[in-house]
Amino acid sequence: MREKLNVEQLKSKALEIRRNIITMLTYAGSGHSGGSLSSTDYGTALFFNEMNIEPKNLNYKDRDLWFFSIGHVTPLIYSLMAEAGYFPKNDLLLFRQFQGRLEGHPCKKHVPGIEVSAGSLGQGLSVAVGAALGSKLDKHKRRVYVVCGDGELQEGQIWEAAMSAAHYKLDNLCAFVDYNKLQIDGNVEDVMGIHPLGDKFRAFNWNVVEIDGHNFEEILAALEKARNFKGRPTVILGNTIMGKCVSFMENNHKWHGNPPSKEQAAIALAELGTTLEDWTKRLAES
Amino acid sequence: MPEMKKTREGWGKGLVELGEVNPNVCVLTADLGESTMCHFFGEKFPERYFQVGIAEQNMMCIAAGLSVTGKIPFMATYGAFAACRALDQIRITVAYSNLNVKIGGAHGGISVGPDGATHQALEEFAIIRSIPNMTLICPTDFWETKKATIAAGNTYGPFYLRFGRENVPVVTNADTPFEIGKGYQLEKGGDLTIIACGMMVFEALVASEELRKQGISARVVNIHTIKPIDRELITKCAKETGAIVTAEEHQVNGGLGGAVAEVVVQNFPVPMEFVAVMDTFGKSGKPSELMEKFGLTSKEIINASLKALKRKK
Repeated sequence: MREKLNVEQLKSKALEIRRNIITMLTYAGSGHSGGSLSSTDYGTALFFNEMNIEPKNLNYKDRDLWFFSIGHVTPLIYSLMAEAGYFPKNDLLLFRQFQGRLEGHPCKKHVPGIEVSAGSLGQGLSVAVGAALGSKLDKHKRRVYVVCGDGELQEGQIWEAAMSAAHYKLDNLCAFVDYNKLQIDGNVEDVMGIHPLGDKFRAFNWNVVEIDGHNFEEILAALEKARNFKGRPTVILGNTIMGKCVSFMENNHKWHGNPPSKEQAAIALAELGTTLEDWTKRLAES
Repeated sequence: MPEMKKTREGWGKGLVELGEVNPNVCVLTADLGESTMCHFFGEKFPERYFQVGIAEQNMMCIAAGLSVTGKIPFMATYGAFAACRALDQIRITVAYSNLNVKIGGAHGGISVGPDGATHQALEEFAIIRSIPNMTLICPTDFWETKKATIAAGNTYGPFYLRFGRENVPVVTNADTPFEIGKGYQLEKGGDLTIIACGMMVFEALVASEELRKQGISARVVNIHTIKPIDRELITKCAKETGAIVTAEEHQVNGGLGGAVAEVVVQNFPVPMEFVAVMDTFGKSGKPSELMEKFGLTSKEIINASLKALKRKK
């Protein structure tokens, strides 16, 4: 059994993960900053408190299953995996690069621990439905977690999946929406409105829990509610801030799909209490 | 006339046999359980049979998720919806992840008949064989479809099986050997080779018999696995007979003919002719009327054979 981090420890883990994200993106020279930073706190709570996983034993039969339907937040996904021990942290320095093994979008073949490759939006919720269904069939107690984006909910397949999760009464399934209100072309409500989101999921027979997606007490309480709720799947709507914790990235859709320059990275990492040199050294050595 | 039987019944019966020996086999359908004949499985194993409603993209990815938990998911819908509507899901979620997902594309080909062009899948070979990791099989008759279904269940990886709607001639039997990726000869011949798949195998046999009356000895080969294709057998046929005609119930672009041609031009170039749908959409009609109109008959295979022979040096 892995040790569960408490709220204070989760906060410092999330800080380290944000440093990883900025460092990876800086060396890659491309990639998705905004959503990686907005879903960091939820991801950290999942990997370091909520989930039953054994990163050193990938075939661990009783593992909880996790999927990121937003495949583009690989800076976050790989940081979580490296910090949890799936692979060495120095791999992060070659993210998106020819010599490295960390593809721009998650690839099952190259990164053990990724259960299903992802990158085309709208598919991960269905995958999670299948995994939850298979677990029910086996009468297995594991839980299935999936992280979705808010802009992603514009994909029709999401609602096919939402319908089926409730139809099959998948109370072992917990979805999270990283509700940062922004997507690559601008405000979600301007591009294609999804409001009122809670009502939509309630109409699809889901249990809906709405929280501040950066507040660990609220995140852990929501996950507990989801675990205890029987008969229907739960969606946690996490109100978040795109680019969270990097002042010039916060609430700016231009940071959805862009990395910081070296100069911007210096400012970002200073805000996160480190430097590119120091943090690179830390990753290279582990 | 030989016995007539539906290929989709072979799929349905194959699923039941698999289900009996392997509790991990499950079946999904998108509101087409009866017409794809996977309802046989549903009646026998209701707890492992998932009706997902009219949502093929969702079904494809649910199957992917099931495979993560060690299940062997088979899904069935019409080929038009499996290979086209859910293509993105096949490419990224299923094939890129190399998951153990089996796709049944029913009602393939022009012989679907009166439903018309929308439902006449004629593009699946070209689409599916361009995707890495996929295995693509188009069995010829009831027995071969049943064997292909069972073989897919016993072999890891993403599979696409194409079968049809109509009763078609039974040209193999329960004991005919079946091996994924291995074609086989049904009729000896030295003047040319007719390579066919699906229901065109029977047309090829009829054509070969007619050609024999004209003093031409046409070898007939069944290539049920279009990917990975039997390069060795195709090259051998090119070397030994010096001309090849392919016959398929599919568009001429990128199908069996294209796959065979890729092998032939690389290994031993010989004249080739193609019997296929010539880059056009289908239409409503009786299957026999449509096979005639779109040139998918033994008569067309004979014409193509004579043409190929004329080009042979």
